[in-house]
Amino acid sequence: MSTERKPGFNTLAIHAGAQPDPATGARATPIYQTTSFVFDDVEHAAALFNLEVFGNIYTRIGNPTQSVLEERLAALEGGTAGLAVASGHAAQALVFHTLLEPGDEFIAARQLYGGSVNQFTHSFKKCGWEVRWADTTDAESFRAALTPKTKAIFIESIANPGGIITDIAAVSKVAKEAGVPLIVDNTLATPYLTRPIEHGADIIVHSLTKFLGGHGNSIGGAIVDCGTFDWLKSGRYPTLSSPSPSYHGITFAETFGNFAFAIAARALSLRDLGPAISPFNAFLILTGIETLPLRMQRHCDNTLAVAEWLTRHPKIAWVNYAGLPGNEFHALAKRYCPNGAGAVFTFGLKGGYDAGIALVSNVKLFSHLANIGDTRSLIIHPASTTHRQLTDEQRTRAGAGDEVVRLSVGLENIDDIIADLDQALATV
Amino acid sequence: MNHDSYSDAYIRDILVTHRSIAMVGASANPSRPSYYAMKYLKTKGFRVIPVNPGQAGKEILGEKVYASLAEIAEPVDIVDIFRNSEAALPITHEAIGMGAKVVWMQIGVRNDEAAKLAEQAGLKVVMNRCPKIEYGRLSGELSWAGVNSRRISNKRPILGTKGLQHRVLREASD
Repeated sequence: MSTERKPGFNTLAIHAGAQPDPATGARATPIYQTTSFVFDDVEHAAALFNLEVFGNIYTRIGNPTQSVLEERLAALEGGTAGLAVASGHAAQALVFHTLLEPGDEFIAARQLYGGSVNQFTHSFKKCGWEVRWADTTDAESFRAALTPKTKAIFIESIANPGGIITDIAAVSKVAKEAGVPLIVDNTLATPYLTRPIEHGADIIVHSLTKFLGGHGNSIGGAIVDCGTFDWLKSGRYPTLSSPSPSYHGITFAETFGNFAFAIAARALSLRDLGPAISPFNAFLILTGIETLPLRMQRHCDNTLAVAEWLTRHPKIAWVNYAGLPGNEFHALAKRYCPNGAGAVFTFGLKGGYDAGIALVSNVKLFSHLANIGDTRSLIIHPASTTHRQLTDEQRTRAGAGDEVVRLSVGLENIDDIIADLDQALATV
Repeated sequence: MNHDSYSDAYIRDILVTHRSIAMVGASANPSRPSYYAMKYLKTKGFRVIPVNPGQAGKEILGEKVYASLAEIAEPVDIVDIFRNSEAALPITHEAIGMGAKVVWMQIGVRNDEAAKLAEQAGLKVVMNRCPKIEYGRLSGELSWAGVNSRRISNKRPILGTKGLQHRVLREASD
């Protein structure tokens, strides 16, 4: 029996999922820009629709460019299977559509990205899915929010924009004791910094739009099935553990074992709700992932330098970056993301709301926009933009008060990044 | 040998060397995993002989069903066990007796005593795995569903003869 090397992270980022193209030998993954795929014959078509064999039917359900992206993400996270979709929000919608029935509840960290708070509070309510909020910094608050209707717990590994590093293992313990899956949004960390599966996650979601794609050119999202949750033993998730009426009575967890969640999310939720990723976006994001380890390390190194510089600036009230010694989440950062605490953080301006507006108006290198995780350095004043729809209380709880500015530090020369902030702060 | 994990080479060798599988616990119900596995393995060129006392004398996917392994007159390479872990021991005894080369226990099925007996008799053993999943994983077909095949390759996948969406395993490929 031969011994087989386990490829390292950098190798997986380039190679996982991508063999040379079987038709042409093309080494880069081709963009299969097509809606549909011809069947080999009638029997093959029937077998595909019955899920007896896997293959390509229609790009709403799957596409060869997309499947390379999916396998690569599953490999980087250490999961059993992946599913790429149109956006991070679509990934979340599909996860809950697969897990929940009307009347079910889930618990989420109240410090989540504001867009997720909106989705969970308002849109999910229309499906009869009720969110209960807990405090990311207090695992016991998740236990306190449990009810007999709780079906899942949702956290971010690094909270956006609050700069909180979540104690994933502590929340996982609560989820395991309650017998519900733990869903971790790993967007800000990426698997380069944190692999939630190693700390007890059952399902991982990503906005690929951010650091994984990394170039600010494509919207995408993904689900990774960790293969860790026993749906049959639980019996509380009928989509997975009961015969499926839309697939002539197969039981997904029985037929697809430890990657059943990813298959059900594709074959039922993606098929029926439809937020497919375009093959072109899948290609661009794949290309981005090839350099993820290099980019992410530089993002983190630049960010630490900017954060250190800001702590010494007289117009800055506070800097919340877990990479800084003395930050309340520094110990958790060293445990969960020892290579760096990410590239997104917030700081407070002594001048409050007006100073925030002045700063974002006067930067010349930083781009004032609502994204994060670009090669370019980005800046935003959450209170006047991303978190505008929230109540004052929700804003403060999400770490997006009036004086708060969020940076996503890019890959430019560090001296240029700091010089731009310096000149803009002079106008505040 | 250690049965907590298997190398790809070990599994691949079993799947490219052998062609005849007796499937113990084969179901006639098209929504059951054993039916899926049998149908798939047939498309990959395996001869699959169903064994199920409840269906004896009938046919599953065009193949005559036997009541037990002992009744099969032709050579069998792999005995694939779709039964519980306790049942795997007597089935393994029969597999050794009939000259099978491999005892394969499905996902969730593991019997270390049976494995030891089979290995002492010179058989190869795979436990807690599905041959359909392993074939699809190693050939690259499962990758179409985003499944982590845990393998990387600088070679083109090998196409089957039945069409563009069929891949096959061959010896020493990738």
